[in-house]
Amino acid sequence: MIDLRELTRHYRVGDQTVKALQEVTLTIPDGDYAAIMGPSGSGKSTLLHLLGCLDRPTSGSYRLDGKEVGSLDEEELAEVRSRKIGFIFQFFHLVPRLTAAANVELPMILAGVRPAERRSRAAAALAAVGLSDRADHRPDQLSGGQRQRVAIARATVMNPSILLADEPTGNLDRASGNEIIEVLQKMNREGLTLLVVTHDPEVGNRARRVIRLVDGRVAHDGPAAAAGAGTA
Amino acid sequence: MTLLERIKFALQAMRGHRLRSILTLLGFGIGVAAVVLLTALGEGARAYVTNEFMSLGSNLLIILPGKTETTGNAPIIGGTPNDLTLSDMEAVRRHVARIRDIAPLSVGTAQVGYGDRRRQVTVFGTTASYLNVRHMAVTLGEFLPEIDPDRQAPVAVIGQTILRELFPSENPLGRSIRLGDWRFRVIGVLEPKGSQLGMNMDEIVFVPVASSLKIFNQSSLFRLMIEVGAHSELEDVRKEVLRILSERHGGEEDVTILTQDSVITAFNRILAALTLSLAGIAAVSLSVAGIGIMNVMLVSVSERTSEIGLLKAIGATPRDIQRVFLVEAILLSLTGGLVGLLAGYAGAAVLGQAFPALPAHPPLWAVAAALLVSFGAGIGFGVLPARRAARLDPVTALARH
Repeated sequence: MIDLRELTRHYRVGDQTVKALQEVTLTIPDGDYAAIMGPSGSGKSTLLHLLGCLDRPTSGSYRLDGKEVGSLDEEELAEVRSRKIGFIFQFFHLVPRLTAAANVELPMILAGVRPAERRSRAAAALAAVGLSDRADHRPDQLSGGQRQRVAIARATVMNPSILLADEPTGNLDRASGNEIIEVLQKMNREGLTLLVVTHDPEVGNRARRVIRLVDGRVAHDGPAAAAGAGTA
Repeated sequence: MTLLERIKFALQAMRGHRLRSILTLLGFGIGVAAVVLLTALGEGARAYVTNEFMSLGSNLLIILPGKTETTGNAPIIGGTPNDLTLSDMEAVRRHVARIRDIAPLSVGTAQVGYGDRRRQVTVFGTTASYLNVRHMAVTLGEFLPEIDPDRQAPVAVIGQTILRELFPSENPLGRSIRLGDWRFRVIGVLEPKGSQLGMNMDEIVFVPVASSLKIFNQSSLFRLMIEVGAHSELEDVRKEVLRILSERHGGEEDVTILTQDSVITAFNRILAALTLSLAGIAAVSLSVAGIGIMNVMLVSVSERTSEIGLLKAIGATPRDIQRVFLVEAILLSLTGGLVGLLAGYAGAAVLGQAFPALPAHPPLWAVAAALLVSFGAGIGFGVLPARRAARLDPVTALARH
């Protein structure tokens, strides 16, 4: 359960203050599937980074499962990221020198999971995204869609409650992009809260709920059908 | 994240940029090898010199006329000390019980000639005891006769070089040689001894001490050499000898007594300083190599910025990141240190083969120091890049790809 109250994030660039996010109030229940949309510079990524505890708000409150996380220190934020949040990026961010299986094992290594358990969980996570036969391949031996599926396996292997996807299809062709959305939706059906930042209305409209940001404020929040077709 | 996993992760990263890693640890290895090799050389020189002095005999006291150091009761007028004479020697021999043997030495240079061959030589005037005190032996004939030190005798014992040059094909025994204006009969030839303390023992003519004092018109001996029975008695004997001689010289301590120990200690101190300064020079190259490690780690951090961002996104704490990079720096420096140690040992072995007289063994402390310094340099030069990595803002780091 995500609960945002007047969440605000300002940056200082030179002597100017950029108001990336202004008093955003949102509630996202467990198991929700929402698309965060809006034009460039509308604050989508900032919101995602705040939700993912990679960034801290300037003011306002962010309660995750009833616990205020906006004021946690670095170590505690890392713990939240490790246990509750899975990230998926536009550019995959796989470690190029590691095999698919080793990439999936990384979050477990950081969390101190035992080697034997790591191997079986990584294998299961790769199986869940249909990549069991590519476990020993390095990223440069995989297609874009396959890389993103490794990234999804990595994001879900710690059994997080929230999956945050930043333009997950932005670097893929349409067919691969569709496959990725299918995989993400499957994860959502299994109970994960899924938040997708996207430019692509087609991706956005597949979500149950669309949150549209304009100039750092929530301009619209409702079911996908009512989000207004054709706007990007 | 356990230490083992950090090491594994760092090794994978080093394999990722293999050439760069190899060059870095090579640079560091050269620094360590330089430390090991130069200290080995310094230690070799020290061992060599110590050995030279040891061959003199460690139970030896050497007495010089005159005081070589100024102390509180130095005479105000005139620095001329009393002569060191043969009767001084007799007094010491009679009164100091623990003396095993005592030999006088007077030194001069003269021209030695036989037939039409001539040569400038050093003449040692001494007694039969000299042979025991200096642990020498004759190969032909015999050494100076056991006569009263006060008695002159026209007999001489010659070294190997003089034998070769004056008597290339003759038996020298019984031949009469000229020494300045005097004539001496050759009664013995010394075994080859080579150089000792810069003095070639093969180029010396030995004559009875009374004859030598007469030839060179000297009143004082050059040295008195005393051999004691055991090394532990050296100090007691030294004090006793000093007491007897100052009594005889009107209460003045006008002799200097050297022991092998004091000479060796002095040289040891000098050469240890030399070794240390060589190590210091080598340490410069080591620190340059350390900066190389820092440079490579900084490059590595900026190259792997997005990876650092990712690691943070999947739950790495700043401390995790710092340790991963620190371990990588330590692995680089430690591997470099080991490579350098091997190279240093190999170099010392080659040196040992090339110059067998110089025992070039890297001292153990230098080896320990090299490894310790490697480890320390890994931490020292790795901590800045590692901190930089740990402090990276994950959002900015992830934006780079």
